[in-house]
Parts: sequence; C-alpha cells; structure tokens
Amino acid sequence: MFKTLLARARQGYRTGAYLKEDPVLPALFRGRPEIDPARCVAGCADCIAACPTGALTLGEAGPALDLGRCIFCDECSTACPTGAISFTRDWRLAGSHRDDLLVTDAARPQVEALGRELRRLVGRSLRLRQVSAGGCNGCEVEANALGNVVFDASRFGIEFVASPRHADGILVTGPVTGNMRAALLITYEAVADPRLVIAAGACAISGGLYRGHAEVADGVEGLLPVDLYIPGCPPHPVTVLDGLLRLLGRIGHQVRGR
Amino acid sequence: MPIATVRNAAPLPLAAIPVMAMPAFRRAILEGVGGGRRLLFLGGMVPPGAATRLLAALADDRAGEIGLFAADVAGSYPALTPECPAAHYFEREIFEQFGIEPTGHPWLKPVRFPPGGATIGNADFFAVSGEEIHEVAVGPVHAGVIEPGHFRFSCHGERVLHLEIALGYQHRGVEAALRDGPYKTSVHLAETVAGDTTIGHAIAYCQALEALAGIECSQRALALRAVALELERIANHIGDLGALAGDVGFLPAAAYCGRLRGDILNLTAELCGSRLGRGWVRPGGTAHDPPPDRLANVRRRLAAAERDMRNAAELMWKSSSLRARFETTAILTHQAAVELGAVGPAARASGVDRDARRDFPQPLFFRGRPAVAIGNDGDVFARAMQRWREIENSIAFLNEVFDDPGAGPARQPVGSLMPDALVLSLVEGWRGEIVHLVVTDATGRFAQYRIVDPSFRNWFALAIAMRDQAILDFPLCNKSFNLSYCGHDL
Repeated sequence: MFKTLLARARQGYRTGAYLKEDPVLPALFRGRPEIDPARCVAGCADCIAACPTGALTLGEAGPALDLGRCIFCDECSTACPTGAISFTRDWRLAGSHRDDLLVTDAARPQVEALGRELRRLVGRSLRLRQVSAGGCNGCEVEANALGNVVFDASRFGIEFVASPRHADGILVTGPVTGNMRAALLITYEAVADPRLVIAAGACAISGGLYRGHAEVADGVEGLLPVDLYIPGCPPHPVTVLDGLLRLLGRIGHQVRGR
Repeated sequence: MPIATVRNAAPLPLAAIPVMAMPAFRRAILEGVGGGRRLLFLGGMVPPGAATRLLAALADDRAGEIGLFAADVAGSYPALTPECPAAHYFEREIFEQFGIEPTGHPWLKPVRFPPGGATIGNADFFAVSGEEIHEVAVGPVHAGVIEPGHFRFSCHGERVLHLEIALGYQHRGVEAALRDGPYKTSVHLAETVAGDTTIGHAIAYCQALEALAGIECSQRALALRAVALELERIANHIGDLGALAGDVGFLPAAAYCGRLRGDILNLTAELCGSRLGRGWVRPGGTAHDPPPDRLANVRRRLAAAERDMRNAAELMWKSSSLRARFETTAILTHQAAVELGAVGPAARASGVDRDARRDFPQPLFFRGRPAVAIGNDGDVFARAMQRWREIENSIAFLNEVFDDPGAGPARQPVGSLMPDALVLSLVEGWRGEIVHLVVTDATGRFAQYRIVDPSFRNWFALAIAMRDQAILDFPLCNKSFNLSYCGHDL
C-alpha cells in the first residue's frame, strides 16, 4: 500500500491541459491541410498523381482535397513544386456534413452542435459503443487512448461502453467489410433511439485505402445516417475529442436548428 | 532432390526452387520439421493453372537459412496437419483459396470467409458433448474498444474445455490489392496490415522491395528504421502491461502504463509526425531524417519514460494480488509452442529461443541488435515479464543507436525489380516474426504478395493455452497474447 502511494506521487498528475490550453503536438504533426490555388501552376497535376487514395481532384478553381478520403500521408505536399498544398498543425478536422470535408482553401470543416433536446440528453454524459468494421486497429487504439489519463475523455462525460444497449450512439471505424456489415447494422439497431453515428477515420468515412475492394462497403456512407465525420488515418485522439465536444456544444456554439 | 536455400531479404531466381512430386514434398516438410526446422510458409501460388503450385518454406533458425521447395497438386493431397500441427492454418488457407483439399485435415473450415464463399458465422463449430456441457459465444462485437472476432467456448461449469476462435471479420483484401504492384498505394497498405504494427509491416515491405531492386539503404536510414521498430515494440509492450494490470483490477499500474504508452507513441510522432509511425518508413529508406537536437530530445524523454516504466512494472511484480492472478494462468507449454510454430514474446515466454532479429540477420541490425530475453514458465506472468524484459533490452539498444545514428542519405531511389524472383522478408515485430513473401513476374511486378502476420501462427496457441482454464481468465489470457485480428484476416 505504501509503495503504491509512493508510486502515485512519483508518477504525478498527467492529465493534459486541453481544453484550457491547446494540445501539445509534435513539430511534424500533419493536421488540417490548406490549399492555396493561387500558387498552382497551369497544367500541373503532380499532387493528383501522387495521392494514393484519390482524395485529390482538380477543379477549375484548383485542387480539392477530400478529407474523408485523405490519409494525411504527405505525398501531395511533397510532390507539389510550389507549396500550394501544406499540412498545418491544426488538429480540428471533424465536420457535420460529408460536403464540409472538401478542402479547397484554408477553411476548416464545421461541426454543428446537437439540438437542445439531444444536448439535454447526452451533452454531459455521452456513452458510445465502438464498432470496428475492418479497421486496422489504428483508429481503435487511438479511440482507446481517449480513456487514458492524458486525454481522459471521461472528464467531459464521454465514455465507451460494453453494450449498445447502454450507448447513446456508435463510433464506427474501418471500411465496413462484407463480413462485418451485418454485425454493424445489428449493433446500430440495438442502440435506443435517438442514436448518434460517428464515422472515425478515412476508412469509415469513405473506405479510405480500401475503397473499391470487393471485400468492403466503402465505409458507412449509405448504410447509416452519420452525425459526425472525424477524418484521419488514424485521427489523433485530440481530433476525436475535439469533434465530440463540438457535437455536444461544449466548444463553439453553432446550434443546429431544431 | 536438393532444396533451394535463401537468407532473409535475399532474392532467389524462381527457377532455382525445385518442384517435387507430392510424396517427396510432404516428406521434405515432415523430415525437416522433425529435424528441428520450422514451417515458415506453406501456400498455393496464384494464378492457379490446371494444377496449383504449393510452395513450402522451412526455417533453420540456427543457421539463419530458409529452405524452399514446391510441388504441383490438383484436387487433393494428404494433409500434413495431423503430423505437423503448424500446418493447420496454412492448409485451411490452401483449401479456402484454391479448393485443394488436404485430405485428413482435422478441422477443415474457412479461415477468412472471402466474398463468394460461405457466409461468415455460418459454419460448424467444434462441439463438446456430455452432461452439463454448455457453450458461451462471444463476438464479433466485443465489450471493449477492440477488433471483431468470434470466440466459442465449450465449458463445464466455469472450466473451458475447448475454445474455438473464428476470425475473418476484418478481411478487406490486402494481399489481392498488393498483387501486380508495386503501386502508389502499396506501402500504405503495408502500413495498415495491422495498424499497431505500422512500422514492422512497412519495414517488411520496403526490405522486400529493396532486395528485389538490389539496393542497400544507408546506415542512417537503417538506424532510423531500427529506432522506429523498437519504439513500436516498447509502446505496445508497456501498453499491454497496463491493460493486463487493468484486467485484474490493479488500476494504478493500468493508469501509469496507459500514459507511458502514449508517451512512447509521442516520441514516434516527434520523429515522423504520426503516433503510429505512418509515413516514416519508405522504400529506399525513411521519409524523415530528424536533426541531432530532435534525436537528443527523444533520447532524454525516453530516459524519463524508462524510469516511470520501471516504477510501474515493479509495482506490478510486487503486488501479490496481481501475481496470484497471473501466475500459473493459461500456460502455453514449451512443446505446444514448438509444435504450433508459435513466435514472438508468447513463444519466448515458453522458453522457445527464437527471435528473427538475431536468427535472420538483415540489413536493419547492421551493427548490433537488442539482446534476446527468454522466459520459461509460459503462463500469463511469464508473458507479462517477457514484455518488460524486452522493453529493457530495446531501450539499451536504442541508447547505443542514439550514440551513433549512422550517416548517409535518409532515402534513395528504388529502381526496377528483379524479374522472376522470390524474396522472403522477415522482421521481428513486437508480436513476433512478420513474413512478407514476394514473387515477381517476368516484368518485375508482384505476381504474388503473401503476408504472414505473427498472429496467424499464434491464435491457435491462445486457444490451446485456454484449455482447462476458468472462463473468467479469458480476457487476461487474451491480452497476454494480444494478437491482431486484421493482421490475421488481411
């Protein structure tokens, strides 16, 4: 007992200062990409050729980067001869609508908070059932990290629970393999209404790297009504936390009309 | 007929691999395994013609050599599994992928349930009969934030008589997507074979590519890869120690180790931008070359984390209530580990002296390698202690690398690949030996890309270790192996 207390003193208080302060992120962290089409050279499509997931398309106004398909691998910005695409250290990536995830400039996707009634129900106590549907255990381990003392999502009343019956919604990861499709839908049905669906990671949003494979359904799109998209491969735990807190109206106050 | 031998990450012309008649092929495997060699790979080659070509690879751990030989088979052949249990999953895979029946296989059911075959879950399960026997079915969706799989326990009271582990839920077509490559997606696919082993699989992929292209990475690039690989090992091992403590309700160590796991992941992020090491290892070297002050910073933070890790681990070893739950629980015997071909810390904790970092020298450890820790008892405690000893050895090794992190360009161009060749790329990931088997066609494209994650070998070892255990100990036992679902399912 004494040794345990001594260890407690030694290990110290480790919970991060986020939200009071910005999270501490490494210098090389690849967060929200920005595009400056003014720098694009006419006829250049180097970024599009470099992108492994087809997240980049070339429109008349310049390149457009779909955060829902982006794996934040840096190939496009490395290939760009003029620095028109760059990855900032902004961890705030989540969006409410699929269209919001299309980056064409320096704007950030927006999250609309839940309506008043839903916020009354889950705003201070959100319980989620996590369903991995073909996820590589990248998104899963980062979602799991929300439970450790550093990110400590339970400070905000956010916890993962063992049963969909105990949950207010599901957080889906993975491209939704054919072999997990039925289990995912059954789990969703087992959550009492009103229920939220959160798609975390490029795979869950669009199929990511696995898009188009015969073995997967290209993510949850068309299968489940999504309330929050959290891009990344995998999203940093603080990106997930930020998205959830915005959804709950705990950061920013853009209330969805209801 | 003499068999062809290769070393790790050394290409071999396909024509050098002897094609034997089936009886000789079987005999070569059984005599090799009987003589202390290990079944590294057994599988069919695509595309199948009128006959399917089966390829076998036998590892000689002491000599650091791998023997290769093949046989053509149509329809069926006598199964090897009854005499060589390590062939169990490989033969099920051959049956699933090519319809070749290993006759006499004791449990011939699908492995991954790919599209067009049987519906997942719709299969026979091993049944135990008798009075008061009951079954407990768990999954695919589990209680924790964890990947899906189905576990079927046959129990008498709380005693588990048999556990059948049915996977395939994560099957997403990794190998098929790698075939005909390399493509621009290939290295990213390798990084997501098992996301918690991003570095291990990325190195295995790049090492295969570089061997086929005939290039050598700079010492700098190899040193950085070794740093990446050992940081990945430390992060996962300390995280698992915390999870094991949590599974027996010893929450102080669970909290400390959970934090420390993140601290190590943050060191990886410091060096490449991603906590899991995404985007770090690239064909020809590494994408990021940290300046000296960044490496010094990482070294300092690793030393601080080491002190706290030691403190947390000692707290665990001194807790009698924790030891009471860990000791003698879920023993994997030395004999079972050897017969099943188990790898990694799970095998070493059962006294199997096997570590690809030492046994199969590769460019990665050009100067030295972490010491190999070997356990004995094979119980949950041995597997936990094994993790801790491997952490200690990895940190000692990292400090040597930090003393002299090599020189040269971090990345070099990779040219065209040797045509009509085969290469085996072995990397000792944190779960154990990762094998990537790559075959090129006449144009130097991937005719064949096969991956054997350590979990593919170890899942059955977990099932065997659970026999005669209390069902309540399953989460603990499972975590002590902590195997990959997606690495198995591909």
